[in-house]
Amino acid sequence: MYENGIQSPKGVWWKPAHRAEKVWIAIAFGWCMVLFAMMPIWHLRGGQNVSGIRHKVEAADFRERTNEFIAAYQVGEDRGMPIVEPPPGSDIYLLGMMWQWRPILRLQEGAEYILHLSSVDVNHGFNLHPFNINFQVVPGYDYGLRITPTEAGEFRIVCNEFCGVGHHMMVGRVEVVSAEESRWGGNASGGDGGDPNGQAGGDQ
Amino acid sequence: MSASTSQAAIPSLFRTCPSTGLKVHDHAERLIRAHAVVATVMLLVGGIAALLVLLTRWQAIHLLDAVWFYRILTVHGMNMLIFFIIFFEMAVLLFAGPILLNCRMPAVKTAWGAFGLMVLGMLLVQWTMWTGQADVLFTSYVPLQAHSNFYLGVILFAVGTLITTGIFFATLVVAKREKTYEGSVPLVTFGALTAAIIAVITLLHGAAIYIPTWFWSMGMMEVDAQVYRMVWWGLGHSSQQINVAAMVSIWYLLATLTVGGVVLNQKVSRIAFVLYILFISMASAHHLLVDPGMGSAWKVWNTSYFMYMAVLASMIHGFTVPAGVEMGMRLRGFTQGFFGWLKRAPWGDPGFSSLVLSVVVFGFVGGITGVTFGTEQINIIAHNTLRIPGHFHATVVSGTAMAFMGLTWYVIPLIFRKRIAFYPLVKIQPYLFAFGMLLFSLAMTFAGTFGAPRRLWDMTYSGAPFDVQYSPAMDIIIAVMAIGGLMGIVGGGIYILATVWSVFFGKPLPEGKEAEYVGSIPLGLIRRPWTETPATDEDPEAPGRFGAVPGTVFLVAIFFVAFVVYYFANWALLSFTWQVG
Ligand code: HEM
Ligand SMILES: [Cu+2]
Ligand SMILES: [Cu+2]
Repeated sequence: MYENGIQSPKGVWWKPAHRAEKVWIAIAFGWCMVLFAMMPIWHLRGGQNVSGIRHKVEAADFRERTNEFIAAYQVGEDRGMPIVEPPPGSDIYLLGMMWQWRPILRLQEGAEYILHLSSVDVNHGFNLHPFNINFQVVPGYDYGLRITPTEAGEFRIVCNEFCGVGHHMMVGRVEVVSAEESRWGGNASGGDGGDPNGQAGGDQ
Repeated sequence: MSASTSQAAIPSLFRTCPSTGLKVHDHAERLIRAHAVVATVMLLVGGIAALLVLLTRWQAIHLLDAVWFYRILTVHGMNMLIFFIIFFEMAVLLFAGPILLNCRMPAVKTAWGAFGLMVLGMLLVQWTMWTGQADVLFTSYVPLQAHSNFYLGVILFAVGTLITTGIFFATLVVAKREKTYEGSVPLVTFGALTAAIIAVITLLHGAAIYIPTWFWSMGMMEVDAQVYRMVWWGLGHSSQQINVAAMVSIWYLLATLTVGGVVLNQKVSRIAFVLYILFISMASAHHLLVDPGMGSAWKVWNTSYFMYMAVLASMIHGFTVPAGVEMGMRLRGFTQGFFGWLKRAPWGDPGFSSLVLSVVVFGFVGGITGVTFGTEQINIIAHNTLRIPGHFHATVVSGTAMAFMGLTWYVIPLIFRKRIAFYPLVKIQPYLFAFGMLLFSLAMTFAGTFGAPRRLWDMTYSGAPFDVQYSPAMDIIIAVMAIGGLMGIVGGGIYILATVWSVFFGKPLPEGKEAEYVGSIPLGLIRRPWTETPATDEDPEAPGRFGAVPGTVFLVAIFFVAFVVYYFANWALLSFTWQVG
């Protein structure tokens, strides 16, 4: 005897389920285990993860680090924004503030960097366009992500966390160049390209 | 009134509702009406905001300026997600308690006080939003700051909600003590109880975040941006779990009222509800998957709610609800083939069509996208893009709001005792709303796949130092989104028009005369299938070797394949992008 949803079941309702119900629950449970297992598996095998190197950071300190980074590797300027070309393998900094991404990064195809993200005011959203890679940029926190650009070209960083009325103007730039075009010549330890104020890139 | 007062001593307060045979408490009815009316007003305001936001995001029209876009988006989020949904849910609690349990309403004055507090808090929030003192969106991420009255309003609203929830628990105690029902509470009440328990947990998170933030807004303390996000989502997502539990309860209720759906197995359905409660505090994680504040172990463990046990619960309900409908129909003799029961179902009953559309869109679009985007690494290609509003308009709108709307067509005749105005329009309303929102949600998830951000005033980035080019398909996708959204708004408009007209200017529905009003009230109220569940211990015959509910088995199999394909397609998509970690 079945009750409907608004009848009080009388007596013991702890009865065995239908076979179809049991089978479905077993399949659903198995699928849940697959869903769960995929995440650790991707940590071991996959190329895209969120682990990062994570620290708390004072806004002033992060701004300071970014400025030092810019001073060390600036190669040009575009619309008032410094263009910075750091050596492959290095720590690179991207600072979000209302309403700009600072500085412009010039990276080398196939090289790995540790990209540090933070904000000096409110939350911002890092969206690498058009690859659709997204990270949250939270004031007070330094998110260091190992990234490897896989193709050369001109890319954008779009802010995709609401950060005030100028939110839509918060667009930054990333340039990825081939190893030959790079001032570091594809060499991470970069013996020859070390002049921080070198003219390898120039204005765009 | 002491709890021991017998019902017989206060007969004037009770009226036996002739169609359900349930005793109906006048106070509970009045409270339900008040909550339902305010909920509808909130839906109207939120709906007008939806139209304005939609016409702005539709770049071809780009209606509002930047300031008003974000202001109205805040209005839309707060009015829909917080005020409309929660006022409606309080009405559902008042229905699942006193009415379904046949019992008197305890603490009537307190309940009105709580309602007043909710309205007061709501008005305070409206005032700060409309005067431009709270342009922070409904998440109000610190350190974006609103006027302190914005946070105070939310706190007052939450206190009111907490009190009403407490009264619901008191109702259960009263009903038990006064023996107004035999055995265990009905499944629908059980589901509402889980929603209420989750509501308490949710509101505690709410207190933990809004009270400090209120002090912060007055310059009295510091609030860390990451801690805010974590605790806020303990509120923000847990409240979605209230919506899910309430929605699933309504699914069972509508299945009962429209076609005499049965509960296949009480144990299974109830365990599935309990699973929702157990892991609810982990709910904030999937909003923080690409945040710097937490490590991967924390993210993996929490985003999966203890290894996807809440997903398991939803997959169980996704089976048992259609199975209950199928079994109910088969018991009534609709035993032909796999799908005879579906073919012969009352598709013109707006309660039934709302139920089916709610289950289908919630499951196929909302559920599948939600689990996929909530996967730790896949979130990299979903976070803060239009994929996210695409997902939740399929859950909380086409799922929860759709179910609420379907229930309304029964509440108006049952509680307000009115016939439904514009009934022919009302019959197509669920289809219009659901297909509109389906288009809208799918278009948004596609747009998000190309990286289109959510919460963005201008996709041409006027005034930005560098240009941003999207795929040429983007304009078309956004136009589809706009058309779907407009269809949904028309559907929502019909809902509001018909409910308001019925309630305030509608023709009365004389008690016991339902049968004379075919064509102005839902079929279920005329056939009353819930009153005569066929008494048999034998399952009716069914074709094939798939047990008693072969149609449902077939449907969930399609669902499962869609789920697996979408999930792994997203892993593939992720693997094409830059290496990061
Ligand atoms: C016909 C109906 C609706 C339409 C056309 C609609 C449209 C929209 C649009 C265009 C956005 C902005 C997306 C963005 O730019 O990020 C949005 C956001 C949102 N909508 Fe709706 N909506 C509708 C109904 C609802 C309902 C019923 C609810 C809740 C129950 C809801 C909850 C939300 C929320 C929470 C947001 C996010 C706000 C934010 O990001 O701050 N919507 N909606
Ligand atoms: Cu920003
Ligand atoms: Cu922004």
